[in-house]
Amino acid sequence: MRTIALRDALREALHEEMARDESVFVIGEDVIAHGGPYTVTQGIVDKWPDRIFETPIAEAGIVGLGVGAALAGMRPVVEIMYVDFITCAMDEVVNQAAKMRYMTGGQASVPIVIRLPCGPARLVAAQHSQIMESWFMHVPGLQVAAPSTPYDAKGLMKTAIRSPDPVAFFEYKALYVSEGGVPEEDYVIPFGKADIKREGEDATVVAIGGMVPRALEAGIALEDEGYDIEVVDPRTLAPLDMETICESVRRTGRAVVCEMDSSFAGTGAEIAAALAEQCFHDLRAPIVRVGSPHVPMPFAEELVNVTVPDAGDVSAAVRKVMA
Amino acid sequence: MTLNAELSRRIYTDMWRIRLFEEEALRQTSLGSVKGTLHTYCGEEAIAVAVCAHLRDDDYVLGTHRSHGHCLAKGAPMDRMMAELFGRATGSCRAKGGSMHIADFSRNILGANGIVAGGIGPGTGTALASRIRKSDQVSVVFFGDGAAARGPFHEGLLFGSLWKLPVVYVCENNGYQQWVPRKNVAVVDSVADMAASYAIPGVSVDGQDLEAVYDAAGVAVERARRGEGPTLIEARTYRFYGHSLGDMEEYRSREEVDDWRENRDPIKLFSAWMKERQWLGDDEDEAIQAEVKVEVARSVAYAEESPLPEPEDVLTDVLDTEWRVSA
Repeated sequence: MRTIALRDALREALHEEMARDESVFVIGEDVIAHGGPYTVTQGIVDKWPDRIFETPIAEAGIVGLGVGAALAGMRPVVEIMYVDFITCAMDEVVNQAAKMRYMTGGQASVPIVIRLPCGPARLVAAQHSQIMESWFMHVPGLQVAAPSTPYDAKGLMKTAIRSPDPVAFFEYKALYVSEGGVPEEDYVIPFGKADIKREGEDATVVAIGGMVPRALEAGIALEDEGYDIEVVDPRTLAPLDMETICESVRRTGRAVVCEMDSSFAGTGAEIAAALAEQCFHDLRAPIVRVGSPHVPMPFAEELVNVTVPDAGDVSAAVRKVMA
Repeated sequence: MTLNAELSRRIYTDMWRIRLFEEEALRQTSLGSVKGTLHTYCGEEAIAVAVCAHLRDDDYVLGTHRSHGHCLAKGAPMDRMMAELFGRATGSCRAKGGSMHIADFSRNILGANGIVAGGIGPGTGTALASRIRKSDQVSVVFFGDGAAARGPFHEGLLFGSLWKLPVVYVCENNGYQQWVPRKNVAVVDSVADMAASYAIPGVSVDGQDLEAVYDAAGVAVERARRGEGPTLIEARTYRFYGHSLGDMEEYRSREEVDDWRENRDPIKLFSAWMKERQWLGDDEDEAIQAEVKVEVARSVAYAEESPLPEPEDVLTDVLDTEWRVSA
């Protein structure tokens, strides 16, 4: 299998879905110039100049138009330059896109994909580094995807575009250039199917998005200490595959839940609570959460390093559940 | 298309359908049969019917929290609307939306909207869909004067104008932002003036004068259909009842309301206009009202006979759970 970067995998998914279905179109800031800051939409304008729209800096308008186009049967793929900016369009995401099917008694379908580049990268501080997955998980009617590998990114993006319901698609900026094997033939990854990224017997480490490579790194480091961890990547957070996570925890008896975002009221809190409800008697140690402290993202590298969890933090958490 | 006798009678009937539907809904509220709140359109009927008279079935309409009129004028069945207000399983939205989210997608009525200015972005988006598909479907977004303060109004108009999308923005300026007179919260008197910032035509008309709204809407809809871009129409109007149920109306005088009801009622004005042209006789007028009363009574009977939703319905329609991805 050839190896490509995550952003190239996303670009391939977009090109393939646009070729497959003429209702797919792209809208967002700077999506034609350079193919967006992350080059994910590169080349689309050459093939489909009438299906890519470069917009004013007006996120509420961008998402609002996307919702309307989706209601009319189109499949917009919206790029929000940084997830932090989606706060300017929360009404459109929460009150319009997410609730429309329910409020209309099932009449409406809103097949919109909102691409949300997220997470720390390049020291851009508090307004360009947030993650926010749990905000969207909490809204009924939204689906949340957070791929960690190029393979998952492509397969999940294709599913997101084909889905009849809105998807908040989290792209960890720090992972855009990370490489991995991606087949050339068409494939999709169903939502709500976790992937075991590393098999192990001693403890289950549930890792989300950008934490997956860090958990795998911790897995290698912990081998020297005699710990064999299993790394489970949920891949989508809504729907959330608790079945696979629970099955793993029942085998290992120990659980660490890792996210890059603040752990307070976060994704890990939901997973840990569900584990406590469903696997309490299988647990041989209290669940440990790994995440950022509850602070905005700082600027200085020294401060970022103590904010964002790394492989060392995962290892420390594993030692704690193993103790 | 100019107003003729036949079209005028149809439009006139629709105005009565809105008026009597809502007055019955208000009555049913006091009886406890209609649940939740109601934002009535009474007094503003000329706008919805005059605008929708120019629309095809496949044109899109997006509304506000005050959208019974838009739905009826665009052809939503009254019985299912009443059933929705009653919270019945047969309602337009199967009792999940209620008055503020009433919608009928089979007639491209993409919904009332509980968020002020909430329909403007999506209504510009349906117009973008028309552009991409090279269809000549027009989108009409109704909103109130309060919406002109919100960002999505400005962003929507910018996109509509930038890409010359087939959309008509209809501002129903009833003079009050809930309980506050517009003059206390706005810096320009006419919302139509705001069109200048987006380089689109802005037209202000008397919203009680059906002919005036009809003519302005005709120009705007045809312009949109020809691909020449959006128009902002401000229709100056007045709501005869409070903002919603339980409004004590301390912000306006009884005299002001009575004056509008007496002298500026769009139904009375249009009835007189038609009678002047010999397009409507007194007998016909009475017959129209009697017919509409029967339709409204039938809608109540339909609602009363309809089943309540089942408890398990609460979990459906969140996502399309039947859908499965396949390569």
